[in-house]
Amino acid sequence: MATFDFLLQGLLVAAQPMNLLYALIGVTLGTAVGVLPGIGPALTVALLLPVTYRLDPGGSLIMFAGIYYGGMYGGSTTSILLNTPGESASIVTALEGNKMARAGRGGPALATAAIGSFVAGLIATLGLAFIAPYIVKLALVFGPREYFALMVLAFVTVSSAFGDSTLRGLTSLFVGLALSVVGIDQLTGQARLSFGVPELLDGIEVTTLAVAMFAIGETLFIAAQGDKGPDKVEAVRGSVWMSANDWARSWKPWLRGTIIGFPIGAMPAGGAEIGTFLSYAAEKRLTKHPEEFGNGAIEGVAGPEAANNASAAGTLVPLLTLGLPTTATAAIMLAGFQQYGLQPGPLLFATNPQLVWGLIASLLIANFMLLVLNLPLIGLWVKLLTIPKPWLYAGILLFATLGTIGANPSVYELGMLLAFGLLGYAMRVFGYPIAPVVVGLILGPLAEQQLRRALAISQGDYSVLFTSPIAAVLLVIAAAALIVPLILRARGRGEVLSQLAANED
Amino acid sequence: MTKGHHPSTATRRPDRAALFIAVVLGAIAGLIFWDVSRLAGAAGYSQVGPTTVPYAIACCLLALAIWTGFEAFRGDFPERERQEVAPVIWIVGGLAAQMLLLKVAGFSIATGILFALTARGFGKRKLWFSLPVGIVLCFVVWVIFAKLLQLSLPAGPLERLFF
Repeated sequence: MATFDFLLQGLLVAAQPMNLLYALIGVTLGTAVGVLPGIGPALTVALLLPVTYRLDPGGSLIMFAGIYYGGMYGGSTTSILLNTPGESASIVTALEGNKMARAGRGGPALATAAIGSFVAGLIATLGLAFIAPYIVKLALVFGPREYFALMVLAFVTVSSAFGDSTLRGLTSLFVGLALSVVGIDQLTGQARLSFGVPELLDGIEVTTLAVAMFAIGETLFIAAQGDKGPDKVEAVRGSVWMSANDWARSWKPWLRGTIIGFPIGAMPAGGAEIGTFLSYAAEKRLTKHPEEFGNGAIEGVAGPEAANNASAAGTLVPLLTLGLPTTATAAIMLAGFQQYGLQPGPLLFATNPQLVWGLIASLLIANFMLLVLNLPLIGLWVKLLTIPKPWLYAGILLFATLGTIGANPSVYELGMLLAFGLLGYAMRVFGYPIAPVVVGLILGPLAEQQLRRALAISQGDYSVLFTSPIAAVLLVIAAAALIVPLILRARGRGEVLSQLAANED
Repeated sequence: MTKGHHPSTATRRPDRAALFIAVVLGAIAGLIFWDVSRLAGAAGYSQVGPTTVPYAIACCLLALAIWTGFEAFRGDFPERERQEVAPVIWIVGGLAAQMLLLKVAGFSIATGILFALTARGFGKRKLWFSLPVGIVLCFVVWVIFAKLLQLSLPAGPLERLFF
């Protein structure tokens, strides 16, 4: 019952005219940027973070929620109309969706993706609202060592459980962790790894790193591939409305996708991709039209797209209740919270319930807005897809540097942007994943704090980390998530894992 | 991903780029050891201080460097696609120019140059066209963000001409 009251209060906060406007701006910007080819949700959120700098925390987070959902939405449009398998969580949508668009059924494909995202977003956001209070209660019994174990688990799942190499995942993670040490130590005030450079004392900005790695690294990488001819955008022919048959074939996949996607997003398992792949596999097995799979089956769009959005909402469960980002997008959202001095976690629910519930409620509102906004405006989004590459990437770099200059107009910060951009490019060339660096940078200091607290309580006795049952179980799961994929890869079963690679989220 | 399991190339020639990565990882670990050793003695009564975690990270990086070196010798790294160097240089040049000119020339001109050079990297050769377009676009962006959203973007001669 209490949840209901809180949610209702949250809706009252979110329904204030100014907040509605912020949500509307958020979803519009999020969709517009998310639609651009090559820009995933993580980069969308990082690029648009500066837009929210001058707002109050409440309004800014509400706009942020809109940007997050809008970015997820925009990505599916791109993958249906433009076959860009590089684009993170909607790879699976591209499998069937692009085939449908080529067969002239782009309209229904976009519609089932949009409505499926809406249904999944609605159920999953309500799920978030109802589960969050229980996890908060659970989190209150967590001590430093349980938190530390949880973070270790997140580190492992983000870096090495999926993707094509344990070595490269772990290397990315530890590069991020090494960068996280730079600056003044939070507990003793001593400067570490700053080499007497005053600008380094504040540490490395998460947003600078994320924008550099995702925007500049990606731009350099695309440019270095040379001209491979223009991508073909499929025109939307005919009606965008779904026929009765389309509805009949879509509603079950939407619900199944939601049920598969939400728990996967809510667990510290990282990435929306896993849910979309599982949903695709489930639909393929259950369908009555197996011959259509591979040639544009509507179930293959409806299910994964629902799973994608449900797990996007799911990742907010650990982020809001535990302060634990499990994807790069969530890591940047955490940076957004931190710029207002807010630390998500169980305490935020107690100290700032208005803000948290306003945020959850505005996710519901953003979801409605997206449904209303997307179907009629589809023609506009399609136009955005046809921007020629030179102008597109020139514009991306313009806005990437704009954000950094707006946050800190110094030559030094731009130098960092360039350096990390080159690092991001090199990592792409050699097949290193990017997300673990970002998650390592933001989660590193938090994990260190918990570890040192736990060890200070035990007076330096390391065994304390394993003697709490919860912490021990979490660490065992983390060890399994590290070792099992290693064995699978050694036995040549690695293809499945590399398909599940979470590169962008 | 095609892994280098061709016995002739994999066993004879170690992957030099991957070896270089291993060396860099080792160097970062060494840098952390060197820097943190200055802080030694600051650990409190619990023997856990600001040095504990950096040491742990450096040890892991060292282990990863050895592992990378091992894979480099076995040729386990994925094959890399050929990279065009020229576009990368154009774009990096654009970013460097923006960085150096920002304070002197202001946001619009510096970022306009970045815009034009990035477009050049992607094959738009007509700088006489893309440069003015970039500068005008950046000026519009400057007006929106600096004047309406109050972001502090450095002004230069062009911005002072109008405001």
